[in-house]
Amino acid sequence: MSVDAATVRRIAHLARIAVTEAEVPHLQGELNTMLAFVEQLSEVNIDGVEPMTSVTPMEMKKRQDVVNDGEIPDDIVRNAPETQNHFFLVPKVVE
Amino acid sequence: MTDLTSLTIAEAREGLASKSFTSLELTDAHLAAIEAARSLNAFVLETPDQARAMARAVDAKIAKGEGGPLAGIPLGIKDLFATRDVRTTACSKILGNFVPPYESTVTSQLWRDGAVMLGKLNNDEFAMGSSNETSCFGPVVNPWRREGSNTTLVPGGSSGGSASAVAALLCMGATATDTGGSIRQPAAFTATVGVKPTYGRCSRWGIVAFASSLDQAGPIARTVRDSAILMRSMAGHDPKDTTSVDIGVPDYEAAIGKSVKGMKIGIPKEYRLDGMPAEIEKLWSEGAAWLKAAGAELVEVSLPHTKYALPAYYIVAPAEASSNLARYDGVRYGLRVPARSIGELYENTRAEGFGDEVRRRVMIGTYVLSAGYYDAYYLRAQKVRTLIKKDFEDCFAKGISAILTPATPSAAFGVGEKGGADPVEMYLNDIFTVTVNMAGLPGIAVPAGKDAQGLPLGLQLIGRPFDEETLFSLGEVVEQAAGRFTPPRWW
Repeated sequence: MSVDAATVRRIAHLARIAVTEAEVPHLQGELNTMLAFVEQLSEVNIDGVEPMTSVTPMEMKKRQDVVNDGEIPDDIVRNAPETQNHFFLVPKVVE
Repeated sequence: MTDLTSLTIAEAREGLASKSFTSLELTDAHLAAIEAARSLNAFVLETPDQARAMARAVDAKIAKGEGGPLAGIPLGIKDLFATRDVRTTACSKILGNFVPPYESTVTSQLWRDGAVMLGKLNNDEFAMGSSNETSCFGPVVNPWRREGSNTTLVPGGSSGGSASAVAALLCMGATATDTGGSIRQPAAFTATVGVKPTYGRCSRWGIVAFASSLDQAGPIARTVRDSAILMRSMAGHDPKDTTSVDIGVPDYEAAIGKSVKGMKIGIPKEYRLDGMPAEIEKLWSEGAAWLKAAGAELVEVSLPHTKYALPAYYIVAPAEASSNLARYDGVRYGLRVPARSIGELYENTRAEGFGDEVRRRVMIGTYVLSAGYYDAYYLRAQKVRTLIKKDFEDCFAKGISAILTPATPSAAFGVGEKGGADPVEMYLNDIFTVTVNMAGLPGIAVPAGKDAQGLPLGLQLIGRPFDEETLFSLGEVVEQAAGRFTPPRWW
């Protein structure tokens, strides 16, 4: 399988990365090189094989559904590019 | 007095205990070495004030007989580990001037045991790379050069700063992380020892995430014993990481010098690649001969799905990365490129903040997870991963204690030499190491010799899950036979 220019633009949008028209052909080439490389997996017989979803055979640990952290708004926003009164600021979303 | 920076951790521990020198003296010697080695670009942030304060505090504890297992030992920390109040960037522009209000579990355990932080070490951006050339702080320089040549070589990656700093005697040991070979490959390129522990052995909490089902923290040090000393402090259960395993941490150092007599060591025939350099082949046979001389039995084994590990990795790792890196949106921390709408803010920030390699991987990961392609790529790769893991399980079920392979298909190469036209050329560096991450196993890279140009080469030992101890015992045999290698100082 290979990707065309329109697919490259669609992937870039899904990934929320701005891509200029000039960059598309180059990215298309790189992505197709990677897809050609992984193509060899299609020769593996995977009939009846379960996908690996857990590296270590153990049951997922669960913690109690209780509040065990918090009251640290200064820490939460201290690295934010723009804040006001412990809120993150973003461009207007709702008109 | 001998130069304090050339001591091993084990030697320094004795010197500190016998009051031959203080941690402050040891720390100052390393801070001076770091300052004189800035041309290597191994450190992205030096923290001399904090280092001296930590050293003074630990000297006071040692005086009272309260020093921990790493009391007074100066270490470097890969910039992927969150360090409280100390800038942590993953060497990406998108994290900008991020200063964590928390400490990673692994580093907090090092400080608990008395270690001293010298600063933050360079790495490939978000640990994506095999040469440390993708860092936003620029490439790291390998202290090793080809004999009679001034060509600048890469230290490998992604833990290139860790490997370079340890090899150049800038720190006694370093933290590192390994997703596809990022501890073992740079260790092999710099004649250092690198340990990738079993998945779940070290907590991933507070480490900038790349591919969560593959990432594992581990040490880089100058001897097998030093790496065992560091491992004991780094490992352990952490409730904050649900994949961290709740089993006791053994005294890894006790495995050093333990007999390997009667152990069955697998030599996987699939690792013998067409066109493999003769010196790699020779190194591998030498390693096998050393283990045999120590009483181990060598058995040819088969890991039939080996060749599919790297392509499966380049689906699984980018898929997980595309999900993990979705958090970098210019809103809560890091870089923000202003825009009129929230959508443009995300897109512009991520375009500006991610380097080429990271963008490439996020895009391929997005693609293989997207509707219509998930089954063909991601699900298939996860099934192939099951087969790769089963290969190892079958092998261990036959009584194999560990598997011996070369660590890398070549010695260190020049800056700008690989991957420029074809990203896959760079990816092939991890061909021997990536299987271990896919199966969640422990692996160790140990320096074993030099190539015809005088560059170090390493061997890899792969162990059963949670049996790092056997790797330390076998690694010690290799180190005793091969000797240790130190780069001549030119910087």
